[in-house]
Amino acid sequence: MSSQAEPAAQSAAIGAAFADDAEAQARFLAHKRYLAWRRRLLPVGAVLLFLLLWWQAVERFDIKPFIAPSPVAVAQVLYERFDMLMSNLLPTAIEAVCGFLLGNFAAICLATAFVWRKTMEEALFPIAVMVNTIPVVAKAPILVLLLGNGMEPKIAIAAIICFFPTLVNMTRGLRDVRSEQLELMRVLSATPSEVFFRIRVPNALPYLFSALKIAASTAVIGAIVGEWIGSTRGIGALIIQSTYNFDSPLLYATIVVGSTFSALFFGVISVIERRTLRWNVGHNA
Amino acid sequence: MQAADAVRCERLTVRFTTERGTVTALENIDLAIPRGSFLTLLGPSGCGKSTLLRVMADLIEPSSGKMSVMGDVPAVARLNREIGFVFQDAALLPWRNVLSNVTLPLEVGGGKALPGARAPQDLLALVGLSGWEQAYPHELSGGMRQRVAIARALVSGPRLLLMDEPFGALDEITRDRLNEELLQVWASTGTTIVFVTHSIYEAAFLGQKVLLLAARPGRVRELVPVTLGTPRQLAMRETPEFVALAGHLRRVLETC
Repeated sequence: MSSQAEPAAQSAAIGAAFADDAEAQARFLAHKRYLAWRRRLLPVGAVLLFLLLWWQAVERFDIKPFIAPSPVAVAQVLYERFDMLMSNLLPTAIEAVCGFLLGNFAAICLATAFVWRKTMEEALFPIAVMVNTIPVVAKAPILVLLLGNGMEPKIAIAAIICFFPTLVNMTRGLRDVRSEQLELMRVLSATPSEVFFRIRVPNALPYLFSALKIAASTAVIGAIVGEWIGSTRGIGALIIQSTYNFDSPLLYATIVVGSTFSALFFGVISVIERRTLRWNVGHNA
Repeated sequence: MQAADAVRCERLTVRFTTERGTVTALENIDLAIPRGSFLTLLGPSGCGKSTLLRVMADLIEPSSGKMSVMGDVPAVARLNREIGFVFQDAALLPWRNVLSNVTLPLEVGGGKALPGARAPQDLLALVGLSGWEQAYPHELSGGMRQRVAIARALVSGPRLLLMDEPFGALDEITRDRLNEELLQVWASTGTTIVFVTHSIYEAAFLGQKVLLLAARPGRVRELVPVTLGTPRQLAMRETPEFVALAGHLRRVLETC
């Protein structure tokens, strides 16, 4: 079939080709459904198998609860102390989300400045790299000293942790524009702001979302690490307390809560990405 | 007389300076392209045919000599939106659907009025893409993308259409069909077209004249008039007249 047939004729031809072979298409769809279910069920099965092995290992080898708790004990804590766990998740979640918004916003602004004036990048990028090399556990006490013992230092840590990947990706996305698109805009006598909003920003979105997905998980880690120092509430504080009390079922349950939140956060960003970047499917395929 | 020509160059020279020294891309080009005509630029790679096109579009500054487009310097013609440009690989914006790719030239340019603007729907009909308005570039074939690019280049009503090997990446059947369609677009819009190609047959079939450029440095080798009748049909490529013309172009190209 010619790729350049009249549109109507082309779609009619495609329709006819499918209608001819209803049975084959049903088989094809059934196979596709099977693959989709397999993709969903295999990880669930693997997790269940892992939990089973873990549980059996704890039972058989009589592992002490303070070394590693049985998954049953962890599930029990999750169920019985659900309210307490949720009230500790709340501050961590607020810190992570605020840090995420703040850090990414700052990174997007700085990336814009970098692309606007190369001088800005040459002057400031080395500083960003230096800050990024400081380990999180070292940034945390510095920020607690600077910002006190409230939510602020945790938000700041989450923000700083999000900042760097977004800065690097966004700068690259705004800059890696195909030269022909820029030539096109020049032929059209487009203004610099038209080039920025119509070419550079949409071009940067796939890069930005890659960074945001990384940031979604690291922001939660940042907030938790921030709570390790002198906090009484939050997932991080709970981790420290349960560790010192040898309360390993609570420790594990806390980790489950924190990771679940992280995964949900990641999932939300992925859904937004899929909605926003429908045009990008060709590149992902 | 100058107003009768869409493009004029006098002793146009373009040099690029790189780490490895200075390259003369074009040397002493003298050329006049009448309004409403169809000129094809043919030459070996490195002969500066794309460079010449880019000087016309004000994408490259000439090193010396004069270039005028629509009776003024290229920058003024560009600001007056007299120029449409079609790139080798369409250069569509992947985040915009067909219709909003075509309307892009109407949205940019600092809100300048475009008295010659054409209706996007009419142009899509002209290039055979009615019904594809909502499709995204990744859903289109290479030939369809190039049709969208042609519609986009024409939407602001330019009087000069510059095409840089627009069908170079397409299969031969698609290229033939687009060649015929382009001639229809030319006939119905009256736009002056300058068309760069490395295909002898395309150059001879499309152009009223073929400008042969020689390489290193790029200079005019020969301006060959095409005596085929109009409207052109693909079958004309089998006439002795066409075969003789293609043979002549080939022989000259071999010495470029």
